[in-house]
Amino acid sequence: MGRVWALARKDLLTEGRSKETLNGLLFFAALVLLIFGFALGPDPERLTQAAAGVLWVGFILTGLLGLTRAFQVEQENESLEGLLLYPGDRGAIYLGKLVGSVVFMLAVEVTVFPCFAFFYNVPLWRALPGLLLTAALGTVGFAAVGTLFAAMTMHLRAREVMFPLLLLPFVVPVLLAAVKGTEAFLRGAGRAEAFPWLTLLGLFDLIFVTLSLFAFEWVVEE
Amino acid sequence: MASRSSRLMLPLGLAAGAALLAGLYVGLVRAPADAMQGEVQRIMYLHVPTVLVAYLAFFVVLVGSVAYLLTRRERWDILAHASAEIGVLFTVLTIAAGAIWGKPTWGAWWTWDARLTTTAILLLIYIGYLMLRAAVEDQARGARYAAVVGILGFLDIPIIHKSVEWWRTLHQPSSLARGALDPVFYPPLALNLMAFALLYAFLLAQRVELGNLEAEVLRRRLEE
Amino acid sequence: MGQDGGRAAPRQGGIALQGIGKAYGAAWAVRGVDLTLGPGESLALFGPNGAGKTTLLKILATLITPTRGDGRVAGFDLRKEQEGIRESLALLAHGTHLYEDLTVRENVEFAAAMRRRAGPLEALLERVGLAEAAGERVRALSSGTKRRLTLAKVMLAEPTILLLDEPFTNLDQAAVALLQGFVAEVLARGGSVIMATHDLMRGYAACRRAAVLVNGRLIHEAPARPGGLEALRAAYVAATGTQGG
Repeated sequence: MGRVWALARKDLLTEGRSKETLNGLLFFAALVLLIFGFALGPDPERLTQAAAGVLWVGFILTGLLGLTRAFQVEQENESLEGLLLYPGDRGAIYLGKLVGSVVFMLAVEVTVFPCFAFFYNVPLWRALPGLLLTAALGTVGFAAVGTLFAAMTMHLRAREVMFPLLLLPFVVPVLLAAVKGTEAFLRGAGRAEAFPWLTLLGLFDLIFVTLSLFAFEWVVEE
Repeated sequence: MASRSSRLMLPLGLAAGAALLAGLYVGLVRAPADAMQGEVQRIMYLHVPTVLVAYLAFFVVLVGSVAYLLTRRERWDILAHASAEIGVLFTVLTIAAGAIWGKPTWGAWWTWDARLTTTAILLLIYIGYLMLRAAVEDQARGARYAAVVGILGFLDIPIIHKSVEWWRTLHQPSSLARGALDPVFYPPLALNLMAFALLYAFLLAQRVELGNLEAEVLRRRLEE
Repeated sequence: MGQDGGRAAPRQGGIALQGIGKAYGAAWAVRGVDLTLGPGESLALFGPNGAGKTTLLKILATLITPTRGDGRVAGFDLRKEQEGIRESLALLAHGTHLYEDLTVRENVEFAAAMRRRAGPLEALLERVGLAEAAGERVRALSSGTKRRLTLAKVMLAEPTILLLDEPFTNLDQAAVALLQGFVAEVLARGGSVIMATHDLMRGYAACRRAAVLVNGRLIHEAPARPGGLEALRAAYVAATGTQGG
């Protein structure tokens, strides 16, 4: 557990130091919201209807960049090789990268919420606890598969294409459930309507964190 | 090994060909037309067998992948790879047949129906599987990556299906599952299912043989 | 002597490889390598670029699983007891494994956390001459200083098996002395050292034995004696057609 935390802390420290990634991703997420606004047109009703979907498309696109970045850090001085040389279960490396990425992505997401409320005219305060819960569950599921696949594709020449191509179909359930959950909270429909979706997200998280934890060793050996 | 499977190949191919012809004849000529949907319903004899065989193929990918990671025997990887390719082929056929069925029935080529959507996502996952294999140069590494994707992909299917089903179910539960299919359709469907299963077995045997030969070539070049 | 994190692991060196080979596609990077190195012994591994030196070191370091062959490193099975090997081994590799946006101290602290080594890191930084620069970001350092920091991380591991891949690159005179001191220390406590380099003179002077690797094959292996360098150079030239370092 100490090693998981050491790795996550290292990643967050790195991102905190060179704020370029954090700032870049924040700006990118806001831009996605804005671009979709243009694509959908100014009709406020239509915007509100599409809001949850737009938000999650933004999160997922931002997440793709964030996860790629998380493994670029390990590539710069062949640091991943250094990590693999440390004794102890290599699952800790997976979990450390996962925790670091999730915290980082959540930081971006939480910062984007006000921007989202502003452009899409949604009642943020009332829905906030539910939105945060959905964001957390959805982000864990996305990053669980994403961290594994980012490690898998980091050495490929075509990684910019292969990574999203491989990852996005896998996380369709995350997208659907997160969008529906977010929608329910935004409408103020109450927990009963969001609950099945949150359960689905929780289940996805549990299954894919466990599977990826096992699979990571197979991905990094040579 | 090679000679034994070669001897099997011809009868298997003949059996698959004969069964397909018989299935075609029974499905298109002998079986009655559907009371509601008319002649177009006959595409079911292609649509349903291909989708079931595609799922079978992806299950074989799962089995091959698990066995490869546990034993590291190349033959399991060859089996998984071969089955994935054929699975993708059958999935494409399924979706094409579904679209041809959908156009006159629902008035659109594509509907966001739960099973159709799940099948499409499945197709994307296994196309990714094949592209990943092609992108990794080292054989052993590619085999390991593919095995991981093959396992995770199959285990993702029920979750994808559940989520898409909740998300949108277009008033068309499975023709088989809802039990509304008239028993008169069962024999031709069963015949076609058998025919496509034989076709799968034949293609798989061919593709595995090819994979074995490729591996043999690599081995001989290494021995030089 | 390094403190033993309570492990019952045998803290002694020794490397024994039988028929080790690694194939990529249709080509062998390393093939049929047999090698025995006892505790307290050091080996200089020569060879041109692409000879398979790095691959062989990575196989020893459990980073690469060999296609063929077996071996024991520090008493642990190369295929089945990789955990034990990683516990007792350090690799000074091509890549520095450093995090550029972290400070010198943070890099060492991170390595210590990953190796579960508690203890004063100040003495270590002092030893490699980085105490002054402890608060600086790695990105701002010269490549020689980065190399010292990498050396500090290798020292932190307190290895009984020390693998050095082109160790003289980017090292100044003082750092070379530091490295040689550390190698002597590892050997004195019964460790084994392999140094892969194309620098014949320096490598030969630093090790008790010497070997030449060409096209993945070990073609010459002999104790390093005064005068032995000529025989080794002859073998090297015959196999590669070049002069070497």
